[in-house]
Amino acid sequence: MARRYLLEFEKPLVELEKQIEQIRELARDSEVDVSQQLLQLETLAARRRDEIFRALTPAEKIQVARHPQRPSTLDFIQMFCEDWIELHGDRSCSDDSALVGGIARIDDKAVMLIGQQKGRDTKENVARNFGMAKPGGYRKALRLMNHADRFNLPIICFIDTPGAYAGLLAEEQGQGEAIAVNLREMFRLKVPIIATVIGEGGSGGALGIGVADKLLMFEHSVYTVASPEACASILWRDAGKAPEAASALKITGTDLLSLGIVDEVIKEPSGGNNWAPLQAGEALKQALLKYLMELSALPVQTLRDKRYEKFRRIGSFLEPSTQEGQLIS
Amino acid sequence: MSLFDWFAARRKDQFVGKVIQETDESDGLWGKCPECGQVVYRKDLLTNANVCNNCGHHNRINCEERIKLLVDEGSFKPLNKNLSPLDPLGFKDRRAYADRLRESQASTGMKDGVMTGLCQVEDISLALAVMDFRFMGGSMGSVVGEKITRLVEKATSEKLPLLIICASGGARMQEGMLSLMQMAKISGALERHREANHLYMPLLTHPTTGGVTASFAMLGDLILAEPKALIGFAGRRVIEQTLREKLPENFQTAEYLLEHGFVDKIIPRTQLRKTLGTLLTLHGYQKGK
Repeated sequence: MARRYLLEFEKPLVELEKQIEQIRELARDSEVDVSQQLLQLETLAARRRDEIFRALTPAEKIQVARHPQRPSTLDFIQMFCEDWIELHGDRSCSDDSALVGGIARIDDKAVMLIGQQKGRDTKENVARNFGMAKPGGYRKALRLMNHADRFNLPIICFIDTPGAYAGLLAEEQGQGEAIAVNLREMFRLKVPIIATVIGEGGSGGALGIGVADKLLMFEHSVYTVASPEACASILWRDAGKAPEAASALKITGTDLLSLGIVDEVIKEPSGGNNWAPLQAGEALKQALLKYLMELSALPVQTLRDKRYEKFRRIGSFLEPSTQEGQLIS
Repeated sequence: MSLFDWFAARRKDQFVGKVIQETDESDGLWGKCPECGQVVYRKDLLTNANVCNNCGHHNRINCEERIKLLVDEGSFKPLNKNLSPLDPLGFKDRRAYADRLRESQASTGMKDGVMTGLCQVEDISLALAVMDFRFMGGSMGSVVGEKITRLVEKATSEKLPLLIICASGGARMQEGMLSLMQMAKISGALERHREANHLYMPLLTHPTTGGVTASFAMLGDLILAEPKALIGFAGRRVIEQTLREKLPENFQTAEYLLEHGFVDKIIPRTQLRKTLGTLLTLHGYQKGK
């Protein structure tokens, strides 16, 4: 098994892991029965892990969300889809590998799957541009969504990006326009749309495939208006204040649930999705199936009206005529 | 007086002092164009829509001045004037969001960064939103999002063409994800306006960036811009950092966007009213209606 990549706050677990490994080795070389000891240590390790992960700060959650071994879009597709066929190209000169899409089946139901794709290592990350899509990526996504609309395939989006790519070519090709058009057109689609923040949701680059009927989020995923690093350097004039910014920006699933932005937070296995990817995949699959069924039962006009209403309600302001603050439910 | 009040009062005093100083400066008869350095007679500048007579530099103007320049006299009827911002996250960086809001409100006399309403331009009815960069960099939070959305909905139900004059640094970070979601909210309302076949034109002024560029600024049936306005998605410095190379001189200007196909027409401020009138009549919107 590949070495686990450990985060700073996971270090207390290392000692326990080492002990467990040592005892295992011992058992392999001798006839001594250590199962009792092993069980004890493993339970202890699990409990410590549980404690650590239940108390994660927003800044620590970002580290979990960006964990290189956290299951990605293509991992999830592989875990619970059949007949996956990836589709390529925006039909105007590019195919962005930072944003992938294609058709497949989940439990016999044909769907369109779209998501940002990060790499596991440096080489792969360079090829995937660290999951930062260019205008062509967003236009490919829209092309696939329109295709899904014509053939009545529900759309399932996986959000996992530090943000839309910021570069000379991206500006030249209209990064703003590409995202903007997606925001508008996703309101027009007649098929159900479910988006899940599986890792990090970075600002407009995430929203560009995120106008959905249901927005789900994993327990340790984050969704931000601006990266805490950028926010800290602008508002605090000090990038080192990123952890403070991460707390102030309210970026966790629980925060966004209470702001009325997220519909459900999916619980992660103890230690995060990278500790038990299959378990995470099963949880996501079940959530998707539940919402697919719920949304597919709605008449098209109701579906679109509800989508509009969902976003229409978001905001917090004071309307003096009523003297009541309207905070979304 | 509590200690907090005392600090607040003290801050207010300092603030007023600063404003007076500023008015003193602008009360002078002569000013200097920041672009060409030409010394200009202030009254000339004002009669020329704050555009330098020598080099054509468009000085920044606030939203009241803009409305006055653009609409038929006395025709502007503001909507949702009293919608005011809250501090939903209890946000505090080096300073509290609530303080920043109070300060912007005091200096601009506005509740938040946008004015919306119905008006006539060249005798043609129009729904108009004007963002004001003075109010926290024209940033878009819940109030800006809600006021623009209500205006778009009004334009749709009253079958009116729509003009949004953009000037914004993007989504307002102090309201977190609520700000980001305003991009989607407005885009959704624009989708309905478009579906009903009404004309929407954004006018991009200096600067239009970030979340505003990635939503309603780029969703016009026709996209208009002021000369030399900075328009872009990502900040120039961010891009320079990623690329480590020099960017073209006119990068992210209105002219650059025109060249790359993202702007229909660059319109000098002095010709805006007339051009707008022509565009509206060409799309079948009639005078006196």
